Amino acid sequence: MRIGIDVGGTNTDAVLIDGGTVLAAVKSATTQDVTSGIVQVLRELGAQRRFDPAEVTAVMIGTTHFINAITEASRLAPTAAVRLGLPATAALPPFCDWPQRLVAAVDGKAYMCHGGHEFDGSVISTIDRNELRRAAEDMGERGVRSVAISSVFSPVNAGMEQEAAAIISEQLPDVHISLSHEIGRMGLLERENATIINACLRELAEQICDGLAAALTGEGFSATLYLSQNDGTLMDVEYARRYPVATFASGPTNSMRGAAFLSGLQSCAVVDVGGTTTDVGILNGGFPREATAEVSVGGVRTNFRMPDVLSVGIGGGSRVRGGDSGVTVGPDSVGYWLRDEALIFGGSTLTASDLAVAAGLAQIGDPSTVAGLDRSLVAEGLAHIVRETARVVDRMRTSAAPLPVVLVGGGSILLPDELPGVEEVHRPGQFAVANAIGAAIAQVGGEVDRIFSINPGQRDSVLDEAKDEAIRRATAAGANPGTVQVVDVEEVPIAYLPGNATRIRVRAVGDLTLDPARRARTPEPAGAARVGEGS
Amino acid sequence: MAFQLTVDDLPDLVRGAALLGTGGGGDPQIGRVLVAHALGERSITILSPEDLDDDALVIPTAMMGAPSVLLERLPRGTEPVDALRRLEAQIGRPASATMPIESGGINSTIPLLVAAQTGLPVVDADGMGRAFPELQMETFAIYGIDGSPLAIADERGYTAVVDTGADNRRMEAYARAVTVRMGGVGYIAEYAMSGADVKRTAIPGTLSLALRLGRTLREAREGHRDPIDALAEMLPDTLYRHGSRLFTGKVVDVDRRTEGGFTRGVARLAAFESDSSCEVEFQNEFLVARVDGQVRTVVPDLITALHLETGEPITAESLRYGQRVCVFAIATPEIMRTAAALEAFGPQAFGLAEEFVPVEHISAPLGGGA
Repeated sequence: MRIGIDVGGTNTDAVLIDGGTVLAAVKSATTQDVTSGIVQVLRELGAQRRFDPAEVTAVMIGTTHFINAITEASRLAPTAAVRLGLPATAALPPFCDWPQRLVAAVDGKAYMCHGGHEFDGSVISTIDRNELRRAAEDMGERGVRSVAISSVFSPVNAGMEQEAAAIISEQLPDVHISLSHEIGRMGLLERENATIINACLRELAEQICDGLAAALTGEGFSATLYLSQNDGTLMDVEYARRYPVATFASGPTNSMRGAAFLSGLQSCAVVDVGGTTTDVGILNGGFPREATAEVSVGGVRTNFRMPDVLSVGIGGGSRVRGGDSGVTVGPDSVGYWLRDEALIFGGSTLTASDLAVAAGLAQIGDPSTVAGLDRSLVAEGLAHIVRETARVVDRMRTSAAPLPVVLVGGGSILLPDELPGVEEVHRPGQFAVANAIGAAIAQVGGEVDRIFSINPGQRDSVLDEAKDEAIRRATAAGANPGTVQVVDVEEVPIAYLPGNATRIRVRAVGDLTLDPARRARTPEPAGAARVGEGS
Repeated sequence: MAFQLTVDDLPDLVRGAALLGTGGGGDPQIGRVLVAHALGERSITILSPEDLDDDALVIPTAMMGAPSVLLERLPRGTEPVDALRRLEAQIGRPASATMPIESGGINSTIPLLVAAQTGLPVVDADGMGRAFPELQMETFAIYGIDGSPLAIADERGYTAVVDTGADNRRMEAYARAVTVRMGGVGYIAEYAMSGADVKRTAIPGTLSLALRLGRTLREAREGHRDPIDALAEMLPDTLYRHGSRLFTGKVVDVDRRTEGGFTRGVARLAAFESDSSCEVEFQNEFLVARVDGQVRTVVPDLITALHLETGEPITAESLRYGQRVCVFAIATPEIMRTAAALEAFGPQAFGLAEEFVPVEHISAPLGGGA
């Protein structure tokens, strides 16, 4: 048995799954400390269906907690960015393209230092140990608690990032250090941005990971704890502590994969209606369609691979306002106060959920509180929700071919069984906990990241060899062989090594085998690059 | 007509410039941040060629080298002005304006960086109307201007001057050799010319065209229209006259290397719902696009790769596995298709066997085409 948990901004959902069967599903309010909400859903699962915690082999948690910390610019550690590259790169220092509000929230301080490599592995300038010691001293005085280190062409040679880390740790043994070559790909600014984001989340990641582990132990679980990653695969807690940035897109990924599982559809639009927003994504052959434009998180440009999701500020908790110029819904929401503020729960704020109950679309709370609502206000508000949702679905289409829509999320009660311009609307059972199911049926990845020698005319066969190996690793880690696909290939020529040396990184991902006889083994976390040491 | 350019214009400008950059010309986001950081709340004066006095001295400025290197080794910021000052000293006269040598995400913005740092105006024109990988591939050269003397600068504050008289090919070769030793990227000032020569040899209005193209793509997106359709509708009313979709599909392979001061390679795409495939070769810029083995567009016509949903241009160094892309072709202006022009930057100048056939004369898309 496995437990999947989704910690959203409004609700914490949990499911108990055995093989491909959902045994229990619960929903509870997210708490500010995260962990007491998790304890709550674990107890509710037990109340709904008795089970022995010892029989649970894995607990998989998907959370938007870290990405929310960035978009809200709160709970972030004072962070410094050290870049090795002078005299090059000075025109665009770290944080140069960040929103001021976020720089202030991380107390962001940039240190431009000498170092870095050329594309062919030769040195731009050697590391200046005294310069780095002075920087560390200044960080100590400023109270910096986390440091991001980037170096020019570190995907080709990571040696200087490691050397700088050693110098800084020597002076500031208690600060967290994040290295850019372990986090991002080619493109200094985007890789550095991702590394700084990771750095400012490290303390929060420790708190959350410790809290989650304590909650499980406290409830008698000995199961391994995993967190969902951007690509739908899992990472263990130790990895999540060091690379919280890898959880960023797990919310939409889990919701789409959960929707595919519940509906049995491989290609569809997934409409996930939560408390505050409605997020629309596209599944293509079982995989979330990837965002192709630059991905900006809280106004910071990165080059993460993330699902393509379009959001509109409408959810179950959206405030509804009537007036002479028509009815509006959202974008502001009562959020996790829904259970106190909505009319149906005895509150005094008119929310989208109140409209749904008044129209008989759902039975929650006390329907008598909304019986007297103006009928035209209810009809107009709900029509607005349908129109906005249909518009977003239409924008996500890329062809005229029919695209079925799957409705998931607790707020999807706001929507009827028909949407304009949509041929088929599916509302699968357990739709309200699709994200938690997505976390529980997580995917398994296999990665190859090492240096290959490519003889003339052999490139295709070397690439095929690397792809096969990644696929084999995904299968060995528990992926269903028929579902494994290569999702990323990156080649970096390493010109300073002989024999056309090329760093090849291939990542393959597939569905976890749900056959209980073939239990998933420990999923393989995305490995850190091991390139350029001592060369 | 002169106008003032501010930081708010930059996102549209670099998007349009990257489109004209036909896969090359440098990363538009680096170009945008570079100028935004230097400019702050001030503005830059953009002059039409007609605004120039005939005896004004115009010195174009640019980045030279492999765009894939620039993604990592960002500039110090002093290099382009160092090159300009070095060339002014060589000539013995100060410049009264600077100008782009080509359209592209970086090379439309380097003159703007120079302007932000020196207060010089920038001429709304360039010598390619797109981007090309080599320095002799300029309308300036074709219509009789010498690129020499050329000054090149690096982030260490070092400069070199290359003077090969009227031999623009050797100027390219020598300057390229210096660029390689500088780490794969250098910053140059070259093709110093009079206001009268700008009017005679430059392709006019390419900065304001880039602004307009970038705005067209953005406004289409904001209005929930297909940006690529909007682009095809807008082009007939420009110097470029024609644009059409060549192929729609997913990137399945990018074979790319940094070699001899260029980013070279080939990208392969597969159609979504058929067996059709597309292959695009590049040397900094996209040179030739073949669909199912048949040439569909060849240099100097423009080949662009656009994100399928957003219409955002993708440079050759940013293409990667799994991207969903529309390959879009644009006819080059007639001034770029004369016999002299084709000799300088037609297919043969790149060692391609294909003859130049204008893209609007090649038959309508097949198979995996849109």
